[in-house]
Amino acid sequence: MSLTLIVLLPFIGAVLPAIMIRAGRNACAIATGSVTLLALILLMAKAPAVIGGEVFQVSYDWLPELGLNVTFFLDGLGLLFATLILGIGLLIIIYARFYLSKDDPMGRFYVFLLLFQGAMVGIVLSDNILLLLVFWELTSLSSFLLIGYWKHLPEGRQGARMALAVTGGGGLAMIAGMLILGNIVGSYDLSVILQNADMIQASPMYVPALVLILLGCFTKSAQFPFHFWLPHAMAAPTPVSAYLHSATMVKAGIFLMARMWPVLSGTPEWFYIVATTGLVTMVLGAWIAIFKHDLKGLLAYSTVSHLGLVTMLLGFGTPIAAVAGVFHIINHATFKAALFMTAGIVDHETGTRDIRRFGGLINLMPIAGTIGIISAASMAGIIPFNGFLSKEMMLEEAWHTVWMDQSWFMPVLATIGAIFSVAYSFRFIFHVWLGKPRDENLPHHPHDPPFGMWAPPAFLTILVILIGLFPAAIAGPIVAATSAAVIGGALPEYHLALWHGLTPALGMSIIAIVVGAVLLMRHGSLLSATANLSRPDAKAMFDCGMAKLVTVTRFATEKLHNGSLQRYLAITIFAAIAIGLTGFYAEPDHTAGTRELLAVSPAAAIGWVLLVVTCLAAVVMHHNRLLSLLLVGVIGLIVSLGFIYLSAPDLALTQISVEVVTVILMLLALNILPKETPKESLAGRKMRDGVISIAAGLGIGSAIWAIMTRELPNSISAFHLANSKTEGGGTNVVNVILVDFRGFDTFGEIIVLGIAALSIFALIETVSGSEAAKRLASWVVKNRRSADRHPMMMVIATRVMLPLSLMVGVYIFLRGHNEPGGGFIAGLVVSVALVMQYMASGFGWTQNRMKVRYHGMIGLGVIAAAITGASAWVAGLPFLTSGFVHVHLPIVGEFELASAMGFDLGVFLTVVGAVMLALAKLSQVERMAEHADINRHPMDYDPSVQTTTPEKEA
Amino acid sequence: MEFLVASSIGLLTTCGTYLLLRGRTFPVVVGLALLSYAVNVFLFAMGRLTINMPPILREGVTEYTDPLPQALVLTAIVISFGMTALIVVLSIRAFLEIGNDHVDGRPVGEPSEAGDKN
Repeated sequence: MSLTLIVLLPFIGAVLPAIMIRAGRNACAIATGSVTLLALILLMAKAPAVIGGEVFQVSYDWLPELGLNVTFFLDGLGLLFATLILGIGLLIIIYARFYLSKDDPMGRFYVFLLLFQGAMVGIVLSDNILLLLVFWELTSLSSFLLIGYWKHLPEGRQGARMALAVTGGGGLAMIAGMLILGNIVGSYDLSVILQNADMIQASPMYVPALVLILLGCFTKSAQFPFHFWLPHAMAAPTPVSAYLHSATMVKAGIFLMARMWPVLSGTPEWFYIVATTGLVTMVLGAWIAIFKHDLKGLLAYSTVSHLGLVTMLLGFGTPIAAVAGVFHIINHATFKAALFMTAGIVDHETGTRDIRRFGGLINLMPIAGTIGIISAASMAGIIPFNGFLSKEMMLEEAWHTVWMDQSWFMPVLATIGAIFSVAYSFRFIFHVWLGKPRDENLPHHPHDPPFGMWAPPAFLTILVILIGLFPAAIAGPIVAATSAAVIGGALPEYHLALWHGLTPALGMSIIAIVVGAVLLMRHGSLLSATANLSRPDAKAMFDCGMAKLVTVTRFATEKLHNGSLQRYLAITIFAAIAIGLTGFYAEPDHTAGTRELLAVSPAAAIGWVLLVVTCLAAVVMHHNRLLSLLLVGVIGLIVSLGFIYLSAPDLALTQISVEVVTVILMLLALNILPKETPKESLAGRKMRDGVISIAAGLGIGSAIWAIMTRELPNSISAFHLANSKTEGGGTNVVNVILVDFRGFDTFGEIIVLGIAALSIFALIETVSGSEAAKRLASWVVKNRRSADRHPMMMVIATRVMLPLSLMVGVYIFLRGHNEPGGGFIAGLVVSVALVMQYMASGFGWTQNRMKVRYHGMIGLGVIAAAITGASAWVAGLPFLTSGFVHVHLPIVGEFELASAMGFDLGVFLTVVGAVMLALAKLSQVERMAEHADINRHPMDYDPSVQTTTPEKEA
Repeated sequence: MEFLVASSIGLLTTCGTYLLLRGRTFPVVVGLALLSYAVNVFLFAMGRLTINMPPILREGVTEYTDPLPQALVLTAIVISFGMTALIVVLSIRAFLEIGNDHVDGRPVGEPSEAGDKN
């Protein structure tokens, strides 16, 4: 449990700084620090057991079907990295408190930092590789926020974007690699994967998986040729650089290589890819670092170089090299974090980071100078600091490593890397701290920073010295525990000690220090000698590549997504046809179906001919909108007749009542919309659309033909027929399915219907104040008005029909469970009855007499359905389980009263509310356009009123 | 009979699709209505065609048509009404906002993209 808490603490704690910043910067920093400290304490409580060889594990099911579970485990490797992340994180939090100026939003900084911290801890403690990937992506995102923290600086934004593009892109490759890996093993749990080295390395998918995972690691850990993002990320505030580039983000790639070391390493592929990449990165990074004038730039390239060093050691694939790698991870984290913080102090105190302007700073800043010099000496690999120890081990391993049958290659290049490393480290020492001041006019007059700013690097520097002097005592246990976890087997024999005797490595070290010092003395001439060398500008190349990518994607987007609905629809339909055709040809067997067909009756044939004629007419005459609307009505009528004929009375009733309201709705729309569609389609476009439409029709038609000529396979329909009466208490199986068996679907559907109606409401209500309102205000009614708008005959007829049709509605509703009918149909019938009143006497007149609000009806309907469903809970049954009783009423006779009827009532209310709201809102637009007053009387001429014409009176 | 239904569905799809691809809102609405008929009848026909076998349970009757597609289609019909109503109102609002009823929703005077002029 506390393992999960260690991961979750930074995430949960991330809200603290955002709140605590109101209480001041100190409170904010203390709150943030406490979160990290608490996590660190929890971790340290487990440290002794882990070092003793124990592995902690917790597991929660998340999506077990996908193999994705929240599982954490803590072994030596996880402990080392979690300690680095939380420990250095704590120091950074203290340091940042004093580093950030008053203008910087500190709360936000700490929020980002904690999010990042949580993501990193998540990576190193995850047992499930899918979970690990989630955290991996989280670090990419949160580091983006951290690097771009100074968002007013263009370099900050660009650097953040570049880091995100490179590490995020690598992350995508890694997802693929991890999925392959999980597929090979059959599990996404690291603890399982780590047990199956043989299976993985024997798989043909080993190399693709390896390459993809390494892509993720190399991009994250800034390995050549993906190293370029790291120096650009230096635009971030120094605490971020110190944190991301010493102990955390860039070490994530290293961590993963170490984590996967037992299963992925040991093959020639691993050796040549990883060791070579590491070697190239180490030498190249160190070489570039010599020439960087920016203090942080120098450190950035040195980080690249040291990451290469560790990568190379892991690439060697031997246990002893892995131990050296682990040891160097610790050492690098200590001295590099201290160096970055020192660089931040220099920047903070002098106002510049240009090495060419420094010199003799130690006289002005003795404390910072001492810290900087000791850490840089460790970086150079000078005895007796900790950098010396691990570098010695690296050289020793390089000495024993044969590369492509060449035994000289590795030692020579490793020595060259070490020479460069000495050169830039000495440059940091001599050009910054020692010697004479070169620029008297520094932007600020430097002096030592406040305690809170130098204490964190000083603490790390003490570690640098102590580990250097007593490596076995101080770092020995954690190195052993970590190495055991990395190697996954017995530890090789090794000694962490300053003095190993006169070894080849010592010789290489001495060469490196001497030649490195000479290089620095000749730095001026080296600079001028290399000044004219063409060096590829990674940023320009990256920007150029990005620009090309944007051009290509923009082109594709503009082609596909150009804002034209016609094009979208054409592409969509075309794609659907293409997919259908592919499926058709993928199946080689196209035999005709053998199901016995129904005979064609004369009535059916007539209906069919009518349908064909009206369909074609609707297309040919679609420019005349009124006509095409009428034709649609006819088609709907034929369809409902078809439903009756083909044993679907419920469908027929629904279709015909929907048809009525749809036609009314579209008639209302046509009052506003133009009555004619202009003939503007070019012949080519018509041809294209014709071809697409005929293809679509042929496809759909033949598909259903193929289906109907085959027997119905065993479906779940039989269940509904068998249980409708016994379980649902109704004989109309369609209705029972709607309100009982599939009640949850229906519940969702009435909600959708309600939402559609409310959207209509919103669309019309927001008209006022918009362009549309102006257009409506200046609307000129063009079409000729009927002389009698509310004819007496119609008014009387609809009045007489109202109670009758409401009665029909109730009847249809009540019998719906057993005979064709139900809530949907009853709702539509009642709506039609009400709409008739509106049509006869006008909207305003009728509306004034309607006391019901349609919104309320929709809401009431949904609630009624929900309550009916939920009432099953009272009986301890699942949602929407229905019960029923037999009731005997006079006249109506015996019938079953099912609880589903309450549900159906909800359906009924929602349907009436939705239909009426839609129509009411449409007619509201009409009234705005017509500028007509509300008629006071129900009809144009009312014989019972003793006035001549109501129009005059109004 | 099956052929009549299949060809009707195909024809409704063709006409609906053609109208769907027109450049003005009203034909698109009509096209969508035709397409809804096609889809509803298609779903309905998945349960195969039968005559005089409505899924209303009766004493002594054992053969019924498949009730499940009917239940699905019933809600589909109502939902397609909701959808039609929504796009009708959308097209009215768009027409009032921009002064024309072209589906691309560009205000009058703003040039439509080359090669895409309806």
